[in-house]
Amino acid sequence: MKQIKAVSLISGGLDSMLATKAIMEQGIHVEGINFFTGFCVEGHTHAIRQKDKDKPKRNNSLWVAETLGIKLHIIDIIEEYKDVLINPKHGYGANMNPCLDCKVFMVKKAKQWMEENDFDFIITGEVMGQRPMSQRRETMPIISAESGADDRLVRPLCGQNLPATLPEREGWIQREQLFGFSGRGRKPQMALAEQYGLSDYSQPAGGCCFLTDESYSAKLVDLWKARGTKDYELDDVMLLKVGRHIRPNQNFKVIVAREDGEGRFLQGYKNNYINMNCASHRGPLALIDGDPSAEDLYLAAQIVARYGQGRDAEQVDVLVRDLAGNESTLEVKPLAKDKLPKEWFV
Amino acid sequence: MSRYELDARRLLCPMPVIRTQDRVKQLQIGDVLSVTCTDPGVMQDIPAWCRINGHKVLETQADDYQYIIMLEVGE
Ligand code: SF4
Repeated sequence: MKQIKAVSLISGGLDSMLATKAIMEQGIHVEGINFFTGFCVEGHTHAIRQKDKDKPKRNNSLWVAETLGIKLHIIDIIEEYKDVLINPKHGYGANMNPCLDCKVFMVKKAKQWMEENDFDFIITGEVMGQRPMSQRRETMPIISAESGADDRLVRPLCGQNLPATLPEREGWIQREQLFGFSGRGRKPQMALAEQYGLSDYSQPAGGCCFLTDESYSAKLVDLWKARGTKDYELDDVMLLKVGRHIRPNQNFKVIVAREDGEGRFLQGYKNNYINMNCASHRGPLALIDGDPSAEDLYLAAQIVARYGQGRDAEQVDVLVRDLAGNESTLEVKPLAKDKLPKEWFV
Repeated sequence: MSRYELDARRLLCPMPVIRTQDRVKQLQIGDVLSVTCTDPGVMQDIPAWCRINGHKVLETQADDYQYIIMLEVGE
């Protein structure tokens, strides 16, 4: 008999790990697929920030694949994902998370991968009623239908509450060995993890990506508003995860590193952004995004000086590098705390 | 056996892993690929990716600003 093969959407969280394991237990060959949208919550934010240096920097999807002993294919969908985020047919969740469109898109990509690689069905870790809220009874058939995966999409954790899928009808997998989880509770998942002998798994609170994060979403909306268009590049998305973002005006914002790790990371963007740092005192590196005037740059330098050791000095030298790499020095008085309105902080 | 280099500097994980994966797909068993990165996360992620997919990490080097991982393509 032909070995039946399934491709499983691995987010790095517990649910997709359990769903994968449940199907492996039924003798199916499973390989994982993980999509990188640019917004995924990954170890790299820990890697950037110095203060988190002692925390493990593992990538959870790789960890899941290694723990389960399966292959993992990581796919860059940054470009294609833009359309999902910018024009979500089903709208956004609580923040800028277009979860339903995102799921449809990912399952559609997984289906394409399944066909190209001669696999038989798709697995997701969805559970009705779990966060993010795309996981509702009404949305399950939408995801199956709009992705085109139809009855080749199996949700092992709640499969018993759903109509039988093709793999069940064909006898590739046994329905009785699927589960009937529902609701927001995590106890059944944790019990199943224990049964499978899995520990040290990751349980991100908000969801699988930064778009469920309120402050991140606010920064993204601010970026779109300032540019007058809902567009972005990977660099934008990455920079929104790093530093203090201060916008005194629509035409520019200042991104100030909060500690050395972030400073090192921002160094990598020095050729693409006007940037500045204190020359007369120790202080952070800052990037200027947008199209600032000479006056704006002066204000930016005052802001940057405020975050350096010269914050109480009468005058601080700030070294400014323009996009061509030309250097000039601005002599400024650091901006007093009460001159930095709360509304400027994005 | 041939030697290849991949520049994955300035990319954040998992991009260096994705680039490594896509480059390795084009190589032959036994070829050696040296990947240069600036995200410290690669020191964990690329070896993990190699273990999962049957490739061998020959050597890793780290200094303050960059990380180099040399791997041999497996089956
Ligand atoms: S949390 Fe992010 S990655 Fe997960 S389904 Fe929602 S939009 Fe997609």
